[in-house]
Amino acid sequence: MVEVTKLIHKYLRHDKKFPHVWCPGCGIGIMLGALVRAIDRVGYSKDEIVMVSGIGCTGRLPVYVDFNTLHTTHGRALAFGTGVKLANPNLKVIVVMGDGDAVAIGGNHFIHAARRNIDITAIILNNSVYGMTGGQFSPTTPYGMKTTTTVYSNVEQAFKISELAVTAGAVFVARGTVYHAKLLDGLMEKAFLKVGFSVVEVISHCHTQFGRLNRMGSAVEMMQWQREHAVTVEKARQMKEKELQDKFKIGVLVDRELPVYQDEYEKVRKWSQGVVKK
Amino acid sequence: MKKKGRQEKLLQGNEAIVEGALRAGCRFFAGYPITPATEIAELLSVRLPQVDGTFIQMEDEIASLAAVIGASLAGVKSMTATSGPGFSLMQENLGFAVIAEVPCVIVDAMRGGPSTGLPTLPSQSDIMQARWGTHGDHPIIALCPSTIRECYDLTIKAFNFSEKYRNPVIILVDEVVAHMREKIVLSDEEDIEIFNRVKPTVPPEWYIPYEDTPQGVPAMANFGEGYRYHVTGLTHDIRGFPTSRPDEIDPFIRRLFRKISQNFSDIQIGEFFQTENADITIIAYGCIARSAKRAVIDARERGVKVGLLTLNTIWPFMRAQVEKVLQTSRVIIVPEMNMGQISREVKRVNKGAAKVFTLNKVDGTIITPQEILARIKEVS
Repeated sequence: MVEVTKLIHKYLRHDKKFPHVWCPGCGIGIMLGALVRAIDRVGYSKDEIVMVSGIGCTGRLPVYVDFNTLHTTHGRALAFGTGVKLANPNLKVIVVMGDGDAVAIGGNHFIHAARRNIDITAIILNNSVYGMTGGQFSPTTPYGMKTTTTVYSNVEQAFKISELAVTAGAVFVARGTVYHAKLLDGLMEKAFLKVGFSVVEVISHCHTQFGRLNRMGSAVEMMQWQREHAVTVEKARQMKEKELQDKFKIGVLVDRELPVYQDEYEKVRKWSQGVVKK
Repeated sequence: MKKKGRQEKLLQGNEAIVEGALRAGCRFFAGYPITPATEIAELLSVRLPQVDGTFIQMEDEIASLAAVIGASLAGVKSMTATSGPGFSLMQENLGFAVIAEVPCVIVDAMRGGPSTGLPTLPSQSDIMQARWGTHGDHPIIALCPSTIRECYDLTIKAFNFSEKYRNPVIILVDEVVAHMREKIVLSDEEDIEIFNRVKPTVPPEWYIPYEDTPQGVPAMANFGEGYRYHVTGLTHDIRGFPTSRPDEIDPFIRRLFRKISQNFSDIQIGEFFQTENADITIIAYGCIARSAKRAVIDARERGVKVGLLTLNTIWPFMRAQVEKVLQTSRVIIVPEMNMGQISREVKRVNKGAAKVFTLNKVDGTIITPQEILARIKEVS
């Protein structure tokens, strides 16, 4: 408890911005906790971190943390972050987004940031719904679920955010849940330390909207669902495909080396200045 | 005699904009290819890395302006360049730059619209989009060059204004000026004022990022300099945090307007040409100001007293200067390559002393001096 208080005092704008806007029981708070613990473990100074977000419940996160914080337009956080990082590569750019932010309106920016392999960490809270606007379906809402704009049933297929990131070229992709908070700390720490585009998908719940409409119960019950449906990457290797059908993998999905944008662009600078011949 | 660092060049408008941007200290460009602005991106992709700057081609125009704003917040003078369709996509983040007060420069090389319109043909039809394209009440600065030298000078001014007033500045260059070539003399020794954003001098714990000042422009800390603060597209209080308190919203929005409106004399640039005794005054901008000047000279040779007011600042609208010619001339003619976007403003400020006539051309060709002369004959 003392440890938690210390972190709150060190990293949150506790005297300025609280109470926060999130519903009691929301998973975003757990994700924020993991973020702060991981940052503390990595040892970044508060001045070198730029935390960027878009719009929605998750988009509100940066206002509560004592870093350089940038709350941008819907879906564009990664594009803003790209500018910040390239203008001052010494800054550590962490972009937090929701599922709508990252793969609906910002889907194009997401795949291109991954393709460029720019040195940014993207933390994506996936709660399968647009929470702030009242529970409309998102690109990660599973088929057959009810939302306020799919009252009969969702007939669209869901995006798998982590798999999308892998295909688009991210060098580090991990998935966690807000139930597995300790695992989440470690995944975020690894993502921060990775040079290149790293993604941590955080499976969370929106009991206020998604849970209520689909009779999934309280926040606690929805977190139990996470516990029952998440399988670690290690354990999944021992399981048959049929057993994995209604499960999702958590842990490090990809950790690989690819050329990083800033390093490549530094080569362009040297060629243009005639220092190094192409 | 050849002076050190003095260069005579034959430059295109887009190239002169690049020279002006680099001279102003621009070190970041993010953009997306589009005719007729592409030369700016191509040239900066060569030039920026040479001066340790950054060029990046983004996935679209929305991302381009987003990256430009991000780079500016990190302390680097930044710009993008586009044309009508891309400018439409930029309206979202243009509003963000206004509300978060982030200096940046956007070049809009105007082609015919609406939509994909006339990619390779000139137009001046983005005047009102520059003013009101992004939603919400907001101030804007838009400059319009009519010569290659003005492309250079006004681009430097655009960066200066954006840094001085912490507002996005738009350069509205029509396709004719963007692509035509003229001789220009550039000199490293030329005394050109370069303005850099005012940074806070107080310790970080005293810093109030959106504080009201007599100038209306708060000091701006760059990310990473120890002044950790919150930047948001939400309406915010003086500390940068979201607010819905009426007593905080109102002074904020009014300050945004005041920082521009109390500096009209600095921002509004134009030229009066033979307007003192003019019976007829032409109000023009961009390439049409060139045709108009020719028409004025020709008309004067025939004994018709015609003058010209060239608008280099499109927004904020040069009301005082326009009112001056409205009072001294009997007839005003506003030739423009649109359906009457500036003439509408001229008519708005006209108190009835002069008659305002339009001359609109929307066929993708410029208005010639002969056409202006014909219009002068028609209305006088």
